[in-house]
Amino acid sequence: MIEVLKSLVATLGTTVWDVMPIILIVLGFQVLVIRRSIPNLKRTMVGFLYVLLGLAFFLEGLERALFPLGRLMAQQLTDPAFIFGADAAADAVHQWFDYYWVYIFAAAIGFSTTMAEPALIAVATKARDVSGGVISVAGLRIAVAIGAAVGITLGTFRIITGTPLHYYIIAGYVLVIVQTTFAPRNIIALAYDSGGVTTSTVTVPLVAALGLGLASTVPGRSPILDGFGLIAFTCLFPIMTVLGYAQLTRWRAGPGASSSKE
Amino acid sequence: MRDSVRDLAPIFVVIAFFQLVVLQQPIPNFVDLTVGIVLVILGLTLFVQGLEMGLFPIGENMAYDLARKGSLPWLLIFAFALGFGTTVAEPALIAVASEAADVAAQGGVVGMDPESRAQYAWGLRLTVALSVGFAILVGVYRILRGWPIQYLIMGGYAAVVLMTAIAPEWIIGIAYDSGGVTTSTITVPLVTALGVGLASSIKGRNPFTDGFGLIAFASLTPMIFVMGYGMLV
Repeated sequence: MIEVLKSLVATLGTTVWDVMPIILIVLGFQVLVIRRSIPNLKRTMVGFLYVLLGLAFFLEGLERALFPLGRLMAQQLTDPAFIFGADAAADAVHQWFDYYWVYIFAAAIGFSTTMAEPALIAVATKARDVSGGVISVAGLRIAVAIGAAVGITLGTFRIITGTPLHYYIIAGYVLVIVQTTFAPRNIIALAYDSGGVTTSTVTVPLVAALGLGLASTVPGRSPILDGFGLIAFTCLFPIMTVLGYAQLTRWRAGPGASSSKE
Repeated sequence: MRDSVRDLAPIFVVIAFFQLVVLQQPIPNFVDLTVGIVLVILGLTLFVQGLEMGLFPIGENMAYDLARKGSLPWLLIFAFALGFGTTVAEPALIAVASEAADVAAQGGVVGMDPESRAQYAWGLRLTVALSVGFAILVGVYRILRGWPIQYLIMGGYAAVVLMTAIAPEWIIGIAYDSGGVTTSTITVPLVTALGVGLASSIKGRNPFTDGFGLIAFASLTPMIFVMGYGMLV
């Protein structure tokens, strides 16, 4: 118990240290430039304290329970003995589909970690509030999580096949631009935002472990050169799924709704 | 609390399924796991509670006050400082920068000794922080002007493609990933609240259509800047 408390305090210290620049900038501007006290100061301070405490608990819990297991799992699933079978000949040629458990794991872990990402919860809540409830928190989060799942899976496929990263990303850009021209205008900014919010506290460490494990297992890949790129995929694909989700909602609302002016 | 349990349930299910069914291993360290799960659930509950009480109001109030003050330079300075300050200390970025320095050392771009590697990593962090500051600044200016976001993003995409063609090959993976690691759990709510607050305090702007988009810029510009860094160093 004592040991848990100790490391909890340590995590809290790191969290406070990490958000120090934000606190300094906000305070500096509040005092020097705006020169007005914050309304509901006490409530706001308590809220900020909750955010700090919550983040510290969250990180400590992840480090204690999920990350070690997730990292180990990523290692084991990309282990040659698991993928090719213990008795496989070392020089046998392996096809990309031999790695099917890796793809399933990539999709599952991409979806589930994105659903739990606190930054995404924040953006989805805000989107619901300002859209007057048109965007549902769950709907947006599921759309983003599906995007992240597809992105990470495709990213592992790229590491396994060793194809150049920029081909995928540029093709993705073209798709996003095409979708943008068809999507309802008012969702576009939110959709672009949902790319960046998927990759923070929960997703990055697990995805990085997966990429690293995979790049060191697949013959001919170098962990430091080919391990990169998974995060880029995770950022790009949610944009497409959110644009798609918006098109779907409008389409379901009936043919009359699509012709109404914004 | 119930929401947090529901939010986290998928991870637990995925990890348990792969551990027990696919890998057929026992769950190790049951006590640690239970303590960890309780902490994660508690932490997420507190975070979401604090979001509505503290983080959103801070961002929105600053946006209102700065907009009311009517000083464009101060608003832009604030935008830049927020982007730069939150990124330069971002732990995920520090990790990626040191990895990138290893890649660069292997490629023979910088020396293998720790000092020149540290210098390279620091330069990379500075580059990314500058690019995020620039991104928030441009994003805020866009909200003020009411420009449609898609043209700016398409311009950014074009710049990424162009830079990819001329940047050294080993930097591309790092550059593409650096876009995603810049936006942390505290920065995202704050910046979102800033954008939405700004859009709702300016006449003729719709908080939903115009208020979002700051994060989008912050994940795009680091790619361009980092490839530029790879070409210069």
